[in-house]
Amino acid sequence: MSTWVLLTITGLGLGAMYFLIASGLSLIYGLMGVLNFAHGAFLTVGAYASWWAQGKLDGIGSIPLRFLLAALVGLAVGALIAVLTELVLIRPLYQRHIEQVLVTVGLGLALTALVAGIWTQTQQVYLTPTWLTETTSVFGAQIPNDRFVEIGAAVAVLLGLLAFFRYTRYGLIVRAGVENRAMVMALGIDVRKAFTLVFAMGGVAAALAGILSGVYFGGIDPARGTHLLIYAFIVVVIGGLGSILGSAAAAVIVGLMQQYANYYASSGIGDIAVILLLAVVLLVRPGGLSGREVAH
Amino acid sequence: MSASEKTLLRVEDLDVFLGGSHVLQGMSFDVPEGSVTALLGRNGVGKTTTIRAIMGLSARRGRVVFAESDIARERTDRIVRRGVGYVPEDREVFGSLTVDENFRLAERNGSARYDLVYSLFPELRERGGQRAGTLSGGQQQMLAIGRALLNENRLLLIDEPTKGLAPLLVTEVAKALEKAAEITTVLFVEQNLGVVRRLADQVVVLDQGRVVHAGSAKAFLDDPEAVRRYLGVSKAEAA
Repeated sequence: MSTWVLLTITGLGLGAMYFLIASGLSLIYGLMGVLNFAHGAFLTVGAYASWWAQGKLDGIGSIPLRFLLAALVGLAVGALIAVLTELVLIRPLYQRHIEQVLVTVGLGLALTALVAGIWTQTQQVYLTPTWLTETTSVFGAQIPNDRFVEIGAAVAVLLGLLAFFRYTRYGLIVRAGVENRAMVMALGIDVRKAFTLVFAMGGVAAALAGILSGVYFGGIDPARGTHLLIYAFIVVVIGGLGSILGSAAAAVIVGLMQQYANYYASSGIGDIAVILLLAVVLLVRPGGLSGREVAH
Repeated sequence: MSASEKTLLRVEDLDVFLGGSHVLQGMSFDVPEGSVTALLGRNGVGKTTTIRAIMGLSARRGRVVFAESDIARERTDRIVRRGVGYVPEDREVFGSLTVDENFRLAERNGSARYDLVYSLFPELRERGGQRAGTLSGGQQQMLAIGRALLNENRLLLIDEPTKGLAPLLVTEVAKALEKAAEITTVLFVEQNLGVVRRLADQVVVLDQGRVVHAGSAKAFLDDPEAVRRYLGVSKAEAA
């Protein structure tokens, strides 16, 4: 029982990180039709910005406060780099999907190489509050506390996004834009502002995932974003492009499946199981769990 | 058009290429302010493309002058904010949003004319919380027209408002458009010549991407030979 509880909560923690990355990817594709291969680099840059800020804030004695302030720096940098990407690289290439893919692939590679060039490929130890590295007993299982933070952060982002969609005008614009972007413009709405906003939100969520991955894995490395991006894309496809709730459900499924398969079958089987799940979903339900068709 | 009539929309030498086809070939026509102009022609002659090109939804060359400003290079949202309402051919309501949310999205300022819209389509008030995708075709058309009437526009572009509707609904939609035409200039595409006769002051007839006839709607519809030649329908059908 305790092993199952540990696997389940760890799987949910992993799924939480997948969701944080996938939510931005899904929204960006759903609204703009952009497959953003640089999204993993937003994660890496956000995580490194936070780690860098931790070093600069060494005058602050309180580790939790230092961690939180550095995390805020990471989130701000994640938003900034996402906004700049949208304004400088994506906006001039609207409707030119091949070029957009090429430019985001190039940007992702360049940013990752830049980070590695500055701080080397070596994993950097991420300073975390003591409580996060301790464990809490749940039904006999000793659960690392950071898992609860990761799950809580993902739930908070999910609820925040749902509230944004339901209660704000921009949320309404994004929901409508995912369905029919041209018609949103034909109602007199400058949909480009929604594009920039969605990119910024995606950048913040990716940076948050990067920071939490530093806690989860005990450090950060330049390839972290690229590695997690692969799973995030799988989550987005399984959940249904453009569907936040679909991404949330798929992230939980993928995270749990990896943990269970790696433990109960054999280490490494988790990744194969996820790929098989992706293949089954594509064959049986091409629109993903949400079944939503995105019009572009 | 008499000399006293002011032109609200002027289309000059409009060209549109779609997928390698030269769909609109130097099209020119005027829409006088306060008029109801019907864009007519057989299937595939470029009526919908003309509306979409005016809206900036299709890449175009040439001049589109609205209220004395050339809007041919403007983005769609800016054209709309100049006072152009648009009802697309297939309604294109947002199916995952409720009726109320569709209206809220269309609001351009604080003076949305809900009283006007609900007086024309009272059914939509009762269905405010219903997802637009679950409405009937007729109700979706009412929503699409209502959405365009919500704001004070100087020009309404309406693409086949009665397409696929039952006869009773055609009458209801035609009545709503009559009401709309009392306060706004209208350019509309329509296949139902009964509706054209009821609403239009003038017609612009297209063939193979060009204007082949423009003038009084009554004179055109009363000329069975012109109707047969340009639209391929008999006098009985035209009536």
